[in-house]
Amino acid sequence: MGIDRRGFMKISGLTILGIAGGASIDGLASPQTPHDKAGRAGEKRLAMVVDLKKCHSQEGCKDCVTACHLYHNVPDFDNRKDEIKWIWKDSFHHAFHSMEHEHLEESITKGPTLLLCNHCDNPPCTRVCPTKATWKREEDGIVMMDWHRCIGCRYCVVACPYGSRSFNWRDPRPHIKDVNPDFPTRTRGVVEKCTFCELRLAKGQKPACVEACKEGALLFGDLEDPESDVRKALDGRFSIRRKPELGTEPEVYYLV
Amino acid sequence: MHNTGKVIIGLLIFLVIAAFPIWYAVAGGKTGDLPELEKAVKGENCVIDSVEMREIHMALLDEWRDEVVREDDRWYKSMTLDSTIEKSLTRSCLGCHTSKADFCDRCHNYLAVSPYCWDCHVDPKEFK
Repeated sequence: MGIDRRGFMKISGLTILGIAGGASIDGLASPQTPHDKAGRAGEKRLAMVVDLKKCHSQEGCKDCVTACHLYHNVPDFDNRKDEIKWIWKDSFHHAFHSMEHEHLEESITKGPTLLLCNHCDNPPCTRVCPTKATWKREEDGIVMMDWHRCIGCRYCVVACPYGSRSFNWRDPRPHIKDVNPDFPTRTRGVVEKCTFCELRLAKGQKPACVEACKEGALLFGDLEDPESDVRKALDGRFSIRRKPELGTEPEVYYLV
Repeated sequence: MHNTGKVIIGLLIFLVIAAFPIWYAVAGGKTGDLPELEKAVKGENCVIDSVEMREIHMALLDEWRDEVVREDDRWYKSMTLDSTIEKSLTRSCLGCHTSKADFCDRCHNYLAVSPYCWDCHVDPKEFK
């Protein structure tokens, strides 16, 4: 006896459900962890290590900030509302809010914490950019900016959980004291941020901030190379990252 | 037709006024005045054939900027120079044509085009 119409519908329905359901479970059950080596196209992963204790050893030092902002023609509007920042200092309380407690060692919490773009392995800013003006460079993991393409929608500013992106509300040119002719300025209506000094790296130089730091508090290198400064530093000391719970996989590490 | 003579005279006067820029230039002998551009300070050849460069430099610069920024591909193999040059507006172009005002601007002003390169890129002469 063949199956009746009703039986056929039941079997085919269940089959379709099985196939569709199976596929969706597959998709959900194997989350793409950004630190999966297999998922990483580049053989390099550039990262920075900030030694907080060394950084605090010179009170009020702003060498790295000055060097970076001078090199990249970052304007100084003298007004928090319009501020453009590539690398800056803020309190430990603001930088590591979720890790803070009353009895933390004072040498870590007393001084300001150095902040910059984390060049995340899983950057939320690049996902929201409608023009691909910002993207993660697969060869070395740098979160790049193409100012030619930025249309100033500021989605990335909202998406970044670290406040690493600044928007030019006003024409920056008149507010740059010493213009470095080797680097472009930006215009009004463009977002900017740290690029790990990709132009200097292309010339074989170190990032401006790393070069400027006399205390050796900033280390820069390739995480995939076990002999690199950053890997050695991370091997030897305990390190933390900002807001790791968000899954952005930040690549700026803080030695504590 | 009424007032044929007056209408024709009126039309002629209108044409003379409307064509003012043309006959003024002809009378002044200025019709062939093309902007005189600054010669390159070094070398005989541009990085591509100079006639072609005149026609396509905007497209070439667009291509270069994408390759440099997005593909980290910073060097251009020049057939005319038989060497490799940096894809850079401020270092390569202005390296030979040292004056933005006498080279870029003179022609752009003549043609009334205003490219926005210099909104961001820095003329090294302007900021020393």
